[in-house]
Amino acid sequence: MAETLQFFFSGLTVGAVYALVALGFTLIYNASDVINFAQGEFVMLGGMTTVFLALAGVPVPLAALAAVAVTVAVGLALHRFAIEPARGASAVALIMITIGASIFLRGAAQVVFDKRFHSLPHPFGTEPIPVGGAAILPQSLVVLAGAVVIVVLLWQFIDRTLLGKAVIATAANRLAARLVGIDTRRIVGLSFAVSAAIGAIAGILVTPITLTSYDVGSLLALKGFAAAMLGGIGSAVGAVLGGLLLGMLEAFSAGYISSKYKDAVAFLVILAVLLAMPQGLLGRGKVERV
Amino acid sequence: MSARALTTHRLASLVPVATIVIVLPLLFPSAYYFRVAALVFIFALAAVGLNLLMGFAGQVSLGHAGFLGIGGYAVAIGPVHFGLPSWLCIVIGAALSGAIAFLVGRPILKLKGHYLAVATLGFGLLIAIVLTNEAGWTGGPDGTSVPRLVLFEWRVRGSDTWYWIAAGTFVAGAALALNLIDSPTGRALRAIHDSEVAASLLAVDVARKKLAVFVLSAIYASVAGSYLALFNGHITPDISGFLRSIELVAMVVLGGMGSIAGSLVGAALLVVLPQALTALHDYEHMALGLVLMGFMIFLRQGIVPSITAALAGRAT
Repeated sequence: MAETLQFFFSGLTVGAVYALVALGFTLIYNASDVINFAQGEFVMLGGMTTVFLALAGVPVPLAALAAVAVTVAVGLALHRFAIEPARGASAVALIMITIGASIFLRGAAQVVFDKRFHSLPHPFGTEPIPVGGAAILPQSLVVLAGAVVIVVLLWQFIDRTLLGKAVIATAANRLAARLVGIDTRRIVGLSFAVSAAIGAIAGILVTPITLTSYDVGSLLALKGFAAAMLGGIGSAVGAVLGGLLLGMLEAFSAGYISSKYKDAVAFLVILAVLLAMPQGLLGRGKVERV
Repeated sequence: MSARALTTHRLASLVPVATIVIVLPLLFPSAYYFRVAALVFIFALAAVGLNLLMGFAGQVSLGHAGFLGIGGYAVAIGPVHFGLPSWLCIVIGAALSGAIAFLVGRPILKLKGHYLAVATLGFGLLIAIVLTNEAGWTGGPDGTSVPRLVLFEWRVRGSDTWYWIAAGTFVAGAALALNLIDSPTGRALRAIHDSEVAASLLAVDVARKKLAVFVLSAIYASVAGSYLALFNGHITPDISGFLRSIELVAMVVLGGMGSIAGSLVGAALLVVLPQALTALHDYEHMALGLVLMGFMIFLRQGIVPSITAALAGRAT
């Protein structure tokens, strides 16, 4: 029982990060139909920038804020200089552009920062908190709390503000949104900025536990993408659910089956879900008009 | 244009390629050039297969490097563990890739768009994970050495020999692909690309045609993987990594989807560019990412179709 609880905690922590990455995917996808493979690089940039600013003597909270700002700037630049000029390109071409961006950002991080692993101090210490025979790191709680705050804030923003409603309108029908006077280009830019911020915050929160390096982004992007698919792409609730589920699957298969095949089990289950429910868990079916 | 004229026209595009294959070696100052050119043709072979799937049937695969890995490890494991001759292992690897593609393709190809992308991506990663973890067979993350190819008691080594093997196979593979495109199957595939619903209304067995081209593209990739392993004399699980899959897709898309010559151009670009960029050392990845983005933004039809269109525009 204690063992199961332990796996549950670690699955929850990792799952929260996957959920945030998947949420970033979903935001950009809804606004622009672009699958942004550079999403994982946002996570990396958040962690790495904080680490290097902290090493330079900047207090960690300030460094974290600056890191989010830097990542948002990168997200906006990505939209302005790579996505915007490619408007109307095919889905595959757009995927290749974001993969190109991801390779570029990784290369840049390797030059600007370095190739080693880095960590951040745990703000609440490293003493595990005992819960029902298992233990949970204070930082895991921070990650979870951060994820909950982000999800609630995002939900409030989308649901309660005029700008949020414009985002929904853009996602529902871009042409109709433009016709009622919404600047859809700015909305897409906004979605890139918010996605980048979410990724950066996830990266900063999780760095004390999982460490970070210039190349952590690619696997995170794949897992986040898979989580978004698992939940059904385009559904924000699905993204969060898919992320948590994927984290659990990984943790339990690592614990009970084999840690070597942890990633394999995750992808196997995703394949199974996709084959049984080709639209993901919460995705809507699309009807092809001829 | 009649169907017959179209066929001769299509196959005629192989003449310049064959000419290049024969003339290039005369210009090569050293074995290094043979080596790079051989790599170009090996990757171009895999790209042609993937192009059949992406450019003609309109189905994306982000896991095709998985088949490179199967072909590559077939020639690494077969001779060492079972005492089989390498050439037979190329065939076995291709058969195995085809069989796996047949089994996996049936359910996966029902998926569309991004879902197909994530399913193929997951499939490719699964193969890479198995290759990394089954160290007893594959040598694990560090890989294993691959015995040299022996043909008629003659050990194939040397970049110039491999140049001819790779180039010859590429030309044969390209000819096969061009023939397929102009067959009824090829027309059915293009119909599927335009609209699956419309194609099925025209009595095209959509699922079967898609599966057939998926199997064929897997065999192309597998043979290319076998060549790659035999040529390098060493293989690591990186051969079926996500980046390799992306590289293959990039070759197809950069060169031009649906253009066989484009696959050669795309392969040449992505093989030669990193060689040229090694001088930049640390900036290699940045440059690669920029090139990829730049081409996709400004030449989104791909290099060969864009040039063809530009030339056609000037002619009229």
